[in-house]
Formats: sequence, structure tokens, C-alpha cells
Amino acid sequence: MFRYVLRRLLQAIPTLLGVSVISFVLVNSTPGDPILIRTFDPNITQETREIMRQQLGLDQSLPLQYFRWFTGYMIRPGDVVAQFETDSVSCRYVAPIGQTVCDTGGGIIRGNLGTSISTKQPVWDRMVERMPATLELGVASLFLTLLLGVPLGVLSAVRQGSWFDNAVRFLAVVGNAVPAFWLGIMLIFLFGVYLGVLPTGGRQTLTLDNEFDLVDRLRHLILPAFILAFGGIAGISRFMRTETLEVIRTDYIRTAKAKGLPGSRVWFVHALRNALIPLMTILGPAITGVLTGAVITETIFAWPGMGRLTFSAAVQRDYPMVLGAVMFFSLLTILGNLLSDILYGVVDPRVRLS
Amino acid sequence: MSVKEAEATPAQVKALALAPQLKRDPQTFWGMAIQTLRRDRLTLVAIGFLVVLGALAILAPVITGLIGVGPNDTNPENAFSPPYLVPYIEWRLGLDLETAPRLLGKTDGVAHWLGTDQLGRDQLARLLYGGRVSLGIAFLAASITLVLGVTVGTIAGFFGGLVDDVIIWFINTLVSIPGIYLLIIVSAIFKPNPMTLTLFLGLLGWFGTARLIRGNVFKVRELDFVTAARSIGAGSGRIMLQHVIPNSLPIIIVNAAIDIGVLILVESALSFLGLGVQPPTATWGSMLNRANNLMFLRDPETGGYLALHLLVAPGLLITLTVLALYLIGDGLRDALDPMMKNAR
Repeated sequence: MFRYVLRRLLQAIPTLLGVSVISFVLVNSTPGDPILIRTFDPNITQETREIMRQQLGLDQSLPLQYFRWFTGYMIRPGDVVAQFETDSVSCRYVAPIGQTVCDTGGGIIRGNLGTSISTKQPVWDRMVERMPATLELGVASLFLTLLLGVPLGVLSAVRQGSWFDNAVRFLAVVGNAVPAFWLGIMLIFLFGVYLGVLPTGGRQTLTLDNEFDLVDRLRHLILPAFILAFGGIAGISRFMRTETLEVIRTDYIRTAKAKGLPGSRVWFVHALRNALIPLMTILGPAITGVLTGAVITETIFAWPGMGRLTFSAAVQRDYPMVLGAVMFFSLLTILGNLLSDILYGVVDPRVRLS
Repeated sequence: MSVKEAEATPAQVKALALAPQLKRDPQTFWGMAIQTLRRDRLTLVAIGFLVVLGALAILAPVITGLIGVGPNDTNPENAFSPPYLVPYIEWRLGLDLETAPRLLGKTDGVAHWLGTDQLGRDQLARLLYGGRVSLGIAFLAASITLVLGVTVGTIAGFFGGLVDDVIIWFINTLVSIPGIYLLIIVSAIFKPNPMTLTLFLGLLGWFGTARLIRGNVFKVRELDFVTAARSIGAGSGRIMLQHVIPNSLPIIIVNAAIDIGVLILVESALSFLGLGVQPPTATWGSMLNRANNLMFLRDPETGGYLALHLLVAPGLLITLTVLALYLIGDGLRDALDPMMKNAR
């Protein structure tokens, strides 16, 4: 088991490297001059711009820029220590290769995602600031997904062919076809505007003392969490229906029934327990789904989370911020899939031995 | 009919073939699929809906010409006009003889069947023209994902080994970046027009198709007819084109229907976020983007919500279109997979 986990972990490293290269190239292949975007001030002279360009390494080739972003080391030909050394950057001339190596103190390998252009704060700090909101929304929606999706799926399998089963299957198909953002704004209209019983957005009501108010928080949470969970509920109910139907047809269920066990015992002990096992394996994709959906849900509901942060950073062309967020979300996706694989190995010994 | 076939003389065989019980036309795979589809009413309805919608979108200039409005004709005096459809029916049925003529009088005789938006633009015209853009983007992008996915998936599955390892690593890497973020970045940075948006959606959407095809090709390449083809000297290219891809066709077709639906959802989400096709070009998603900001507006006299029709119609149309595509996908799966027929 340990070796299986280790192998999966090692396999994730090249994937993460690939993600970093692809997102870096994508973001840096944009038309337009990043310096001009950063410094619209007409008083800045061309020379100053040139110096800024050099300090940020933007005059270098893309591979060298990537190397600098990834490791934090800037490499320049010749002895140019004096030109680039500042308070935060220490440079050293390496004679054998004829290059100056500057340590800028950054680099994502050292956990430094750089500085946001729009607020001049470290990217990581901005993300940490938004994390609790996204976590709150994500956990709530995963909880809702499981709480509603699993019973719906199991019950519709138990009552296969009944009106309940048909209704659940119909809802699952329609649930996949409804755009989440439209459902979101329709619910905002219904509950927030027309009935006026729920807030239309945000994470809490603004008050002077900003006191924690659980009821208020929950009232804000319920609509976005439901919208974020919606697609997952449709997916999980269908998944659980298929799994339960498969378990019902096995020999051990027939045996349990044949030896006269009461129905509840057959259902809960023999059937449900075995049908729930495969659920673990789709936890990874479920996490990914929540992350992916968060950007749209957070934007509709003005939820101050990381999805909305990434969205506005992309619109403002805050490249370090966007890159940092993408790296973070990709890491989470990879970890989610890894978790899924590992749980799959735990559940099914054939997987980890192959 | 007691003649054993092995011992039959040619004359007896001929007589056998003419026997009325055995006169049955040979059935092909596709013929059987079409027969199954014919009995599948839900799928037929979905196909019908999509054909009508497609025809309406293609004929958009003709239809809007008949009504007498263009998709971008503004008329600020007639903003937020309610849909004319319901009053018209009431008028014709003699239930309400006032509302419909009054609405018509306000608009100089132009019937806004689905009402107008905040600039007085006709919603029906915008939905039809938006349908051209939304459907066009989705169909074109789906063909790009199909071509790329089938090509890459077939190559990876057929050759296996190192080729497969590299391709799968590449796909796994790209799949690790949540797709919507990738699209948001690309479209926030490049500000797409319909053509480039199609390209982005196509180029970033083929990974799933490729994986699916790869899995199927793994199965097909082990089958006997592939070995047979190879033994009579067929090259890899010929085997792939003549044997492997045709045997993946059912999967490819089913996948295409669902893929178009997904692409419509993605495009509308991007346009809703303001990152897709830029105004004034209408798409279903961007129409919702505007409506979203107007949902609070109320008529000062009646107190009714002014933008409700702008909120409902585009979303309903997206839902129905995507639903139709998913149902067609399901129906095709049943029709094209003979093994599944008895399972249900």
C-alpha cells in the first residue's frame, strides 16, 4: 500500500511541472506590453521602463523567464552584478560559465508565488485571505451533495421503475442541462427579490462591529451552496442508483433474502454498505467539480472567495495573481485525483497490485 | 423444410431461399440503429426540437424581416416592453380586447412577441441571432474537438507504448488545470470574437474525447479482424482508417451529441461572465448577463418586474437545447449499442 501511494505521488510531480510550464507560457504569450499595462503613468520615462523591464526579467527569453519564475534565480550573461544587485536581490558572478546568477528570493519552488500587480500584496497572502470563504462554500456544497444525492440515488434504485425513480432520473438529466448560473440568478430573483426572504449575495450582512452571526451566515450560504451542489447532486444520484442496482443483483443479497433476514437488515447492512464503497472513488472529481463551479457561483453571488479573486485577476490582467491561483487550483485538482486513486486502491486491492 | 443445408442440392437451396418464411431482407448495423431510433419517441422529439431551432436560427434574417425588426435596432422609448405573445392570444380569444392593441400602438405596429430589452431591442430577434452564434460556436468547436480527439485518441490507443505514455501525460497535465479557469484566462486575455472563441473551446475541449476513443481503440486493436488485416499486409494507416475508426464510430457519434451540449453550456457561462463574445453581438449567455443586472427593476405604476421575460427566455432556451442534445446522445447510445438494448 505504501509503495502504491508513493508511486502515485511521484507520478504527480511531472504533471505539476507540466501544469506550471503550460500556464506560464499561456499567460506570458499575451499580446501587449506588461510594463505598459503596469505603468500607465505618462511621467515615467522610457529609460525607467527599460530598467523595470530588466529588473523583472521581461527582456529575457521565455525559458529564462520561466526558470526565474520557477526557481527564483535570474541568469544573465557577463559580469553584471553591479547592475542588478539591490536590497532584496543578491547577485554573484560565476566565472566558469561566464554568467551572473541573481537570487531574487522568489520562485514557486520555494513557495513564493510573487506579488500581485493590482494590490502589490504577495499573491499567497491574497489567496489565504479568501480561502476561508471558498472552503466554507465548498464544504457546505459537498455536504449538500452527499446529503441529497446519496439517498435520492439509493431510494430510486430500491423503487426501480416507480414514479419516484422516474422523477429522480428526470431531475438528473435536467439537472445536467440547466446552466448553473441561470438557475442561480432565477433563485436569486425568486428568494432574494420576489419573496425577499434570503439575501441576494455576499457572505454576511455588513455591520459596524462585524460580529459573527451564525443565522445570518447560513442565510447567505444556503443559495450559493445549493447552486454549487446542484450538478453534483444530479451526478451522485445517478451514480448511486447504478451502483445500488448492481449490488441488488448480486448473489449475496439473494442469499441474505433467502435465509430470511428482515428487509431493513438486507438493505442497510448488506446492500447500502457495499453500494457506498465506490462513492469514495468519485470524491476526487467531486472536489474538482466544486472548485470549477466555484468561480461561476462566487461571481453570481458576490461571494468573496478564491474563484471570484481569480476571475477578477484575469479580467484585470494581474498575471502573477492568475498564475498563482491556477497553480493552486491545479495542485488541488491533482491532489483530489490522487486521493481518489489512493482510496480506490484501498477499496479494491486489484488496483494497487497492478 | 426438412432438407439439411449441408446436403442440399443447388435447386433445393434456391427453393429454400424462395420460401416465404425466409424472405427477410438482410439488416445492416445502421439500418437496425435507425429502426430503434424510429421507435424512440423522446429522442425523436429532441431531434425535432433541434431541427426546428436550427432552421429558425438559419432563417433568422428572414423571420426578423417579416416582423420588421433587427437584432440591434434600439428604441429607447419602448424599452422593457412585455412579451406580446400572451396578450395576442387573449386578444384573439376575445378574453382581453385592450392590452394587445395598446402594446401594438406603442410600438408603431411592430409585434415584439417576446418583449424588448433595456434598449428596446426585440428579444425574439436577439434570441434567433444569438442562436446562430451560440449554436454555430458549439457545433464548430465540437467538430474541432472531434477531429483532434479522434486523431490523438486513435494514435495513442493504436500505437500504445511510449507514444501513448507521452500523449496521456500531456492530456493528464492539461486536464489537471480546471478547464473553466483555463478558458477564463484565455478569453480574459485575448478578448475573443466568435471565431477565436470557437478555436479556444475546440482546442481546450478535446481531452475527454481523446481518452474515450483511446480506451475503445485499445479494445478494437486486439480483435481478430485487425490481426487479419495486418496478416494480409495492411499498413498501420490503413488499419486505423478502415478498421479502427469505423469501429469507434458509435462512440464518436454519441460523444459528439453530448459534447455539443457541454460546449453550449460552457460558451453561455463564459458569455454570461462577460468573457465570451463581446456586445453588441447577441448570444444566449450574454443576454442573461444583461438581464442579471436588471432583475430588480420594477414598473413604477403596476409594480411588476420589468426584466423577468429577459431573465427567463434565454435561460430556458439554453436548458431546452442542451437537454435535447443530451437526450439525443442517450437515444443514440441505445440505438447504436445492440448490447445495451436488452439491458434496459
